[in-house]
Amino acid sequence: MTFPVEVTSEPFTGNVQPLMHEIFHALRRLLDTGEVTVIDLRALPLAPGEEAQIEKKLGKGEVRASIDALGPSEIVETGITGVWLVTHFNAEEEILGRYIEICRIPAILESQDQDIEYGLDEMEALLETR
Amino acid sequence: MANDKSLIEILKSRGVSRRGFLKFCTTTASMMALPPSMVPAIASALEKARRPSVIWLSFQECTGCTESLTRSHTPTVEGLIFDAISLDYHHTLQAASGDAAEHAREEAMKENYGNYLLVVDGSIPLDNPGYSTIAGISNLDMLKETAKGAAAIVSVGSCAAFGGLPHANPNPTGAASVSDIITDKPIINVPGCPPIPVVITGVFLHYLTLGTIPELDELGRPKAFFGQNIHDRCYRRPFYERGQFAETFDDEGAKAGWCLYKLGCKGPVTYNACATVKWNQGTSFPIESGHGCLGCSEPNFWDMGGFYRALSEPILDVHRAAGIAAAVGAGAGLAVGVVNQMKKKRAQSPNFFSGCVAPVCRSRP
Repeated sequence: MTFPVEVTSEPFTGNVQPLMHEIFHALRRLLDTGEVTVIDLRALPLAPGEEAQIEKKLGKGEVRASIDALGPSEIVETGITGVWLVTHFNAEEEILGRYIEICRIPAILESQDQDIEYGLDEMEALLETR
Repeated sequence: MANDKSLIEILKSRGVSRRGFLKFCTTTASMMALPPSMVPAIASALEKARRPSVIWLSFQECTGCTESLTRSHTPTVEGLIFDAISLDYHHTLQAASGDAAEHAREEAMKENYGNYLLVVDGSIPLDNPGYSTIAGISNLDMLKETAKGAAAIVSVGSCAAFGGLPHANPNPTGAASVSDIITDKPIINVPGCPPIPVVITGVFLHYLTLGTIPELDELGRPKAFFGQNIHDRCYRRPFYERGQFAETFDDEGAKAGWCLYKLGCKGPVTYNACATVKWNQGTSFPIESGHGCLGCSEPNFWDMGGFYRALSEPILDVHRAAGIAAAVGAGAGLAVGVVNQMKKKRAQSPNFFSGCVAPVCRSRP
């Protein structure tokens, strides 16, 4: 007995293309309704090399930022405006999480109210010492 | 001891900014297998969370579960969670020993009666209490005494959850799991040999943020981490669908990254988060490293017929079965029938992990 087997040299999960469609729809929602979408890349089964494929397809955009809070974080706007790649590392620069954010600006880049309050306290102390 | 400091206050005292806290919450949501949209809810809950007292008991175990958890380097999220709980007793990690250590346990139990979280790794010997004792107290007595005032119990590792390696045939110590002994407390099983560190801390975090135990499957495992099987989430699954299998560990198929099913991979009947959460800070997991899944988060994984035996292969050698058949006067042609009957009996056994033997099994019946 023989079984028909489709042989392909593509050693991947096939999840990259559906993900690109998901990003497309999320981008449309962002423009139409302002809805922000975050996709956790660690929650998807991806073969080694598929994350790199996604990065390559999305390309590189105009903005690149880094944050130093509980280890470094890297925020890059991809070649598709409104689609960001956010990578969080620990102090040993091991990846803690990787996300695609479809938004105008990732929330973690904004100055946070609580930190601004601390900033006010620090400014007060600074002015008093002068 | 547990104190009134909230997690946000602890992080603040360590110089963690609000931005750092948001990062912590984002990776926490990922760790708890929650969608990123849950991050604001986690942040809000963690701001109010108080440090729970945790008593950690280690019985018949290899310390691999503790090693797994402490392998993370600070300041990782896992490390911060360790700061966020008040680990009042852990005889492997604490400096105190003997009476002083036992006094710490008694004190924590007294001060936090009804509210502390009891974590257990290792199985409990029931045949002879002398097989494993701590400060002259049998594991059984210590478990029963400490469980009385616990709000909930977390059985960390396959030994505490299901008996694990000590329970392997012929189970010389009469090893039993926590749930075999304690029946009047909520028990969360976090199996694995060892469990993934972030899965352990994810369970702590769930308790810390929501004050409840997570939703569990029929084996007492949190569905967030054990709700999907390795095979369904495996990146090699497309090869399985195409019938492309590695036949040996060094053939062309293995080199091309084909499915390891024929080399004994237990992914189709194993429920765990390895394929997505991965190990060593998300670097890879066993299948990605070229070795099949051992099924270590399932009961009795050690006695499942061999790590390198495909799930579809009979457990008992056909020639041996033929001998049994001949001995009862039946023809050798019945040998396969004997094997099939044994397989069927095994599959119907409550100890059979997941209740399915077919390679096409994709979900728990």
